[in-house]
Amino acid sequence: MAETYGFETRAIHAGASPDPTTGARSTPIFQTTAYVFDDADHAASLFNLQTYGYVYTRIGNPTVSVLEERLASLEGGRGAICTATGHAAQMLAFFAFMEPGDHFVASNRLYGGSITQFGRSFKKFGWHASFVDPGDPENFHRALTPHSKAIFIESLANPGGVITDLEAIAKIARAAGVLLIVDNTLATPYLCRPFEWGADLIVHSTTKFLCGHGNAMGGAVIDSGRFDWAQNDKFKSLTEPEPAYHGLRFYETFGDLAFTVQGHAVGLRDLGATMAPMNAFLTITGIETLPLRMERHCANALAVARYLERHKAVSWVSYAGLDSSPYRALAQKYLPKGAGSVFTFGLKGGYAAGVKLVESVELLSHLANIGDTRSLIIHPASTTHRQLTEDQQVAAGAGPDVVRLSIGIESEPDIIADLERGLAASN
Amino acid sequence: MNHDRYSDAYLRAILRGVKTIAMVGASPMWNRPSFFAMKYLQAKGFRVIPVNPQAAGTEILGEKCYADLADVPDPIDMVDIFRRSEAVGPIVDAAIAKGARIVWMQIGVRNDEAAARAEAAGLQVVMNRCPKIEYSRLHGELAWSGVNTGIISSKRRKI
Repeated sequence: MAETYGFETRAIHAGASPDPTTGARSTPIFQTTAYVFDDADHAASLFNLQTYGYVYTRIGNPTVSVLEERLASLEGGRGAICTATGHAAQMLAFFAFMEPGDHFVASNRLYGGSITQFGRSFKKFGWHASFVDPGDPENFHRALTPHSKAIFIESLANPGGVITDLEAIAKIARAAGVLLIVDNTLATPYLCRPFEWGADLIVHSTTKFLCGHGNAMGGAVIDSGRFDWAQNDKFKSLTEPEPAYHGLRFYETFGDLAFTVQGHAVGLRDLGATMAPMNAFLTITGIETLPLRMERHCANALAVARYLERHKAVSWVSYAGLDSSPYRALAQKYLPKGAGSVFTFGLKGGYAAGVKLVESVELLSHLANIGDTRSLIIHPASTTHRQLTEDQQVAAGAGPDVVRLSIGIESEPDIIADLERGLAASN
Repeated sequence: MNHDRYSDAYLRAILRGVKTIAMVGASPMWNRPSFFAMKYLQAKGFRVIPVNPQAAGTEILGEKCYADLADVPDPIDMVDIFRRSEAVGPIVDAAIAKGARIVWMQIGVRNDEAAARAEAAGLQVVMNRCPKIEYSRLHGELAWSGVNTGIISSKRRKI
């Protein structure tokens, strides 16, 4: 039924019927750690996953569930698991099926924090990532090994304005019997819906545009419900008996809900990276205006990108919404409503000019976040991407001359006037 | 009848009208999917009669288990099938003979020929679905698990 409702309607209503007990129309913040059992048999059924209900907020919480259903609805997925942060979402997504010695292939244009998480911390679990240039989808195919279980990309890369060819990469993943996982944080489901192009899982940092107001951390993994976990012997944690649940097989028992159930019952239970109910509430509230905000974000970003492209201190602008962008065609295919509001540009004055610019602006906030109502600016080489080598920085579109913007929803002339002042000071 | 997609109204009417369910392939093992479904449906007020030749004569969740649908002495509204798709044909024929109004095949179970016979005999058919999941989806409980239920409503749900 809800499939017949439009995106804007679902952004407000999906998952959030009035509270059955009180009639409260806004989603209540269920600030509780635990939930009473009716009797011992009810408790046993809950612990055995034989009935539905809440046990402990680490595994599930009514406020968080509303956000999970909202996100699953907006992405067109079967179910979702919310997490404390976007990084926790990535951890939980891979934890669902990776074993020591397993491998996955990732884009080398990912957000720097993801490259560090995959390339360094995941190694401690024996999970190995290969990073490839996403410009040629065949690079993913070439990097697959017999131990590969997934391909990981960003629909719209942070920060380089790179758009990956979702449909082509989905075909490669499907042919190899591995998952395609897409980080859809920068695009949001308003601009791009990766499941429609063949993705199997979507991860989000809900901290960014979904929440949208720079006030709540969060992450989410959304399952399409379409992946056949039994097509090969790679996904035993979903197809084989789970010892911690007395030999239950998630895929056999829960069908297309298997990943969503396992993500709560095993992922959140054991990793413990739970989203706080208050953060879920703020994110639910933020999502209600996601369509309106994204329209303004995209319109402002395009205006700023066009302004910068003509500025004499600027050597290049990498925004997929510009006619000059090599990603223009991919943007029109995958993000027809707009190319988002996070993009980079290069300063002729290099590293020193970048540092001077971020220190000179008055309206734009110099901080390490994106997807806020406020316009944000950062010099990645000296901040978010400083853990990377210079080669990795350049590969990730974050070389020494690069400045990243996350354009907010303020008055467009005010944003441009502030940049004008800053660029004059940096010259 | 489109068996790729059922309307919420169709499923809701079936679940609302059913009182007694014969569950073919019901398992006495507590960690099997059929046991999950039987226990849940019992808790929601349905009477579930297990049918399984291997467990015939024993009790599952307080109900006597029968070897065959024809052996069940009570009238049955719905037959819920936990068997492979290839094994569905004779069960559907037995459901028609028994006078059931509904044949429901579990997730992963689909047999279009048998479904056509049931429909020709005036029965309603659901395939590749689980009554536990559909009941909980339509009654708000599935949403507690982070699942996209497809339900949008500004009405307060009865508890």
